[in-house]
Amino acid sequence: MLEIRNLHVKLEEEDKQILRGVDLTVEAGKVHAIMGPNGSGKSTLSYVLSGRDGYEVTDGTATLGGEDILAMEPEERAAAGLFLAFQYPVEIPGVGNMTFLRTAVNAQRKARGQEEVSAGDFLKLIREKAKALKIDADMLKRPVNVGFSGGEKKRNEILQMAMLEPKMCILDETDSGLDVDAMKLVAEGVNALRDEGRGFLVITHYQRLLNHIRPDVVHIMSEGRIVQTGGPELALEVEENGYGNILEGAA
Amino acid sequence: MAADPKQQATDERLAALTLPEGGGWLGAARKDALGRLQAVRLPGRRDEYWRYTNPTPLVQTAPALDVPDQVEDPFAGLDTLVVTIDGDDISVPDTVPDGLEIGTLRNAAGADIHWAKDVYGRREAAGSRPVSRPLAMLNSAFATNGLVIRATGQVTQPIHIRTTGGTDPILHHVVKVESGASVTLLESGVAGARSNIVTEIEVADTGTFHHIRVDGPVRARHVNTHLFARLGTESTFKSFTLSAHGALTRNEAVIELTGDDAVSHIAGAAFGQGDFHHDDTVFVTHDAENCESRQVYKKVLRDGAVGVFQGKILVKEGAQKTDGYQISQSLLLDDDSVFLAKPELEIYADDVACSHGSTTGAIDETALFYLRSRGVPERDATNLLVLSFLAEAVEEIEDEGLRAHVSERLADWLSRD
Repeated sequence: MLEIRNLHVKLEEEDKQILRGVDLTVEAGKVHAIMGPNGSGKSTLSYVLSGRDGYEVTDGTATLGGEDILAMEPEERAAAGLFLAFQYPVEIPGVGNMTFLRTAVNAQRKARGQEEVSAGDFLKLIREKAKALKIDADMLKRPVNVGFSGGEKKRNEILQMAMLEPKMCILDETDSGLDVDAMKLVAEGVNALRDEGRGFLVITHYQRLLNHIRPDVVHIMSEGRIVQTGGPELALEVEENGYGNILEGAA
Repeated sequence: MAADPKQQATDERLAALTLPEGGGWLGAARKDALGRLQAVRLPGRRDEYWRYTNPTPLVQTAPALDVPDQVEDPFAGLDTLVVTIDGDDISVPDTVPDGLEIGTLRNAAGADIHWAKDVYGRREAAGSRPVSRPLAMLNSAFATNGLVIRATGQVTQPIHIRTTGGTDPILHHVVKVESGASVTLLESGVAGARSNIVTEIEVADTGTFHHIRVDGPVRARHVNTHLFARLGTESTFKSFTLSAHGALTRNEAVIELTGDDAVSHIAGAAFGQGDFHHDDTVFVTHDAENCESRQVYKKVLRDGAVGVFQGKILVKEGAQKTDGYQISQSLLLDDDSVFLAKPELEIYADDVACSHGSTTGAIDETALFYLRSRGVPERDATNLLVLSFLAEAVEEIEDEGLRAHVSERLADWLSRD
């Protein structure tokens, strides 16, 4: 599904190397987690993959289903099936949540040469998916993320994911700012989307999210590289002993 | 000595105009306005309030311009009382709702006694102090027609003034909202290549006046409007203007709060590109206690467009407990566009709360990326953010139905840009 080879990335505006040769393959149907200390390059990886400005790829490749995503505009990556759940979802006053989502769904369908979804069908679908995430009609009508609590914002990200049905989902510290109940709700939303045709890359600092979203593979990232890869037990080791031992072992 | 360019421009313009026939109260008001105009002359580039907007296209004798095409009626689908003005030919509906009187200025001029006599040219003259409004004086002197509207009760059906045709019309409307009465006025349409429209509004104690003006996406339009309003005790005045494109727009609003507890909200949303020049000049005077005034202006400028905001709140001595607010903001979509803002506060009372702010910014890159990461193409994503930016001004429209209607038009026009 997602194949990253020897990815080197620096900041565009300063001579600062962030990623120093990331190799990672996420297979369809699998959940991969990336853990790592602050500044290890986890969020940068998510931004570079989804096409945010400000980064320069100096070496390496990233493909989604065999397509070179690094050459695409962000909207083209989205239409190709990539989705990033933001760590800090953006507030957009004056634009209704539903309007925004319908614009996005139809823009992607158009880009893929599919017919637009009718207003009626869209409404039916979004109501059904929103219900599972405990998002009420009011939250759908309100401007995008405006006045939403931390938990509501993250649930709204998962709703977008559910509506857009991407092939490859990247979750950037989706657990940050969530209490246990909110985290469970978000994790249930993600788990409901687990599917043999879909890959997940879950970026997190803490093991606790991985109690709810059980990963197949866990990677530890440090200084712009994946330094260790293992099963779910690797996350537990981090939880118990911190990153110290692992990083020393890798060095 | 070289001829004074202002004098020359004024002489030329006046030589090309003829005072409409007829004596009576209107004739006297016209002569009074002409006298005041001759004393101050038409505006020149050096005048304090014309530094950011070149008045020449509005002043010059002939607007050598193509008459723009009409755009669709932005209020179509709403239940309104439509009054059509074609050039200066006005057709007033035969039946109007209870509590409403509508006539033409031409007809009103023939009456020996008419309520409009106490408003026509009076509000304009008062609004020309301390800053003169010469193009409004020109209008008071030479207006060929206009509407005289009086509300004596609660009029629920909005009046829609739909302006079409004409080449260089000078129109002058007079509105009186009697005590306890309320009325909503909608304006749309293109009045020729260049238009000069003055509206004088008298809102009596506890009266309510709402105004929504929508200038659709016409690029060649040159517009000069003035709103002059006087607000009585516990009265309410709310005005909103949406401007889509237009080559030159100068909208002036001069509001006097003369009765205690009066409320004045005035707002504008504008977007344009290229040779678009859009100027809002607002002067709000607090001359009574415990009044509230609000100004909310937003402009989106692209490809070298220019936006101007000159807004003043004057709090006179004794106007205690004034609550004054003013915000002007621009969104510049490129490095070539310019926003010029001159916010002014002048306060002579010591127990007031007045605040003002002005901001100029570029598109929020994080928000743009957020939208694009969901699959929305860059242009559409930018439009959504433009809509988001302008929404705060559109939200000043009190009536939910009208607000939704205007929002839809705005979104539609942006998507077609």
